[in-house]
Amino acid sequence: MIIKGRTWKFGNDVDTDLIIPARYLNTTDPQELASHCMEDADKSFAGRVQPGDIIVAGRNFGCGSSREHAPVAIKNAGVSCVIAASFARIFYRNAVNIGLPILEAGEPVEDVAPGDVLEIDLAAGEIRNLTHPGVYKAAAFPLFMQQIINAGGLINYVTERMANGK
Amino acid sequence: MGMTITEKILADHAGRERVAPGELVNCRLDLVLANDITAPLAIQEFRKLGLSKVFDPGRVVLVMDHFTPNKDIKSAEQCLVVREFAREYGISNYFDVGAMGIEHCLLPEQGLVLPGDCMIGADSHTCTYGALGAFATGVGSTDLAAGMALGECWFKVPDSMKFVFHGQLRPWVGGKDLILFCLGRIGVEGARYRAMEFAGEAIDALSVEGRLTMCNMAVEAGAKNGIVAPDDKTAAFVSNRARRPFQAYASDADAFYLEVHEYEAGQIEPQVAFPHLPENSRPVSEAAGIAVDQVVIGSCTNGRLEDLRTAAGILKGRRASSKLRLIVIPGTQEIYLQAMREGLLEVFVEAGAAVSTPTCGPCLGGHMGILAHGERALATTNRNFVGRMGHPESEIYLAGPAVAAASAVTGYITHPEEVVSK
Repeated sequence: MIIKGRTWKFGNDVDTDLIIPARYLNTTDPQELASHCMEDADKSFAGRVQPGDIIVAGRNFGCGSSREHAPVAIKNAGVSCVIAASFARIFYRNAVNIGLPILEAGEPVEDVAPGDVLEIDLAAGEIRNLTHPGVYKAAAFPLFMQQIINAGGLINYVTERMANGK
Repeated sequence: MGMTITEKILADHAGRERVAPGELVNCRLDLVLANDITAPLAIQEFRKLGLSKVFDPGRVVLVMDHFTPNKDIKSAEQCLVVREFAREYGISNYFDVGAMGIEHCLLPEQGLVLPGDCMIGADSHTCTYGALGAFATGVGSTDLAAGMALGECWFKVPDSMKFVFHGQLRPWVGGKDLILFCLGRIGVEGARYRAMEFAGEAIDALSVEGRLTMCNMAVEAGAKNGIVAPDDKTAAFVSNRARRPFQAYASDADAFYLEVHEYEAGQIEPQVAFPHLPENSRPVSEAAGIAVDQVVIGSCTNGRLEDLRTAAGILKGRRASSKLRLIVIPGTQEIYLQAMREGLLEVFVEAGAAVSTPTCGPCLGGHMGILAHGERALATTNRNFVGRMGHPESEIYLAGPAVAAASAVTGYITHPEEVVSK
């Protein structure tokens, strides 16, 4: 899968309360969650984010709560991929489970400027900066994780496999 | 090479002789847990699988604790989804208003989680149960849906880190102070993906409640689980509560630890974590004099009877400062009732506190004590992230119940000794 989009940059330890504050957790509606995405980190984000945009952040992205509403909000805001120097473990698993591509890579976090356009090859784990030319490597997704992402999440993946009798 | 307690529990639940850090294992689950925020999403995903039953209706626990008693129509609708699901699937361990407590106070109290268990919960503080010698970790709603369907979950076996607290605790120092101190040393990703095993004389001396507080906040270091080997105190705690057999595990003497951290408990003062990360912990003396607008005593971290006794011990015969609001939230109905019988609730009300029915409430900025812009709270809760308790321009300081109660009396962050010596 090839992803292309404009970047938004955030710092270290972006917690799940910043991604989707608990005051909005009285719903599971993906679009409503998306409309408050990153609200306490950047109030303008949800209104300005474009389909395909990419989040680039520092260490420990998604720390804190187990709320799957966090990757759901990011995905439904139109974000195509999150690149971070490292991820909190529950967020990482949740993102894969709901089919939000995420990549762990430290270098682009240093180099990429807000607004830069990146092209990402998930299968190869390659990140290309088209605005300020540069190429970065991240750990590629293993095949089964690519399949989960392509299916749109774990439940779809399991359902498809069950339907195919596998 | 021996194994750690975490590795042994995972190995047994994966049907393996042994496991090593980094291995992927599929484990049988003794229990799966969700709450009124995470269960609706899990149920939505579970229903897509088209199954007529959960793996074991007796091993699914649903606790309506976050936005309950329901704060608005939307949260009431969320609880309705869970209530109907519990009825449809015959889930007996469904806890609603009047029976419910804060999940991580409730499950140990009810004997639902036991030593040696392997369990997941769609709540990051599920790691609390490591205090009983269980492997317990937080997951998201989709993993929980799969867990409800299969009674299994895959894990990467975590590397273990050992934290040894030597010596004796100082007065007014409890589990909360130890874990805040620890977070201050290793940081909020200091144990990312790892098991945090707590040991040493000071841990042996802690009550089960103090250990629950410590393991509760393992996730604040990014850990997969926190754990304490079961001992006589654990046995005494679970003996009257357990309704099924269980097994106590212990780490081998030659188990491998990626890191070992040793601390002298006697040198640890009561701690306070400054905004906006739990790792910003400092001795209370360095926070002295910071004025607060609200004090919250409660939560899955510090809403247990011992915490209330500690707070009441300081508040008895004193009044909370008129400059702040004091909110006390017993963790469960049983804790509430016992606190009433012991006269603790009377102490709180006479001190000018609002005493609430059990709820997660203000800890996550849900209800029952939301902060306005520019306001500052001192709370016995677990997270002081930006906006966690209300307005994004509010601030939260974290501490144990003794510092919280003392600070409620003076109106600013205060060492408990300063209040009781007067």
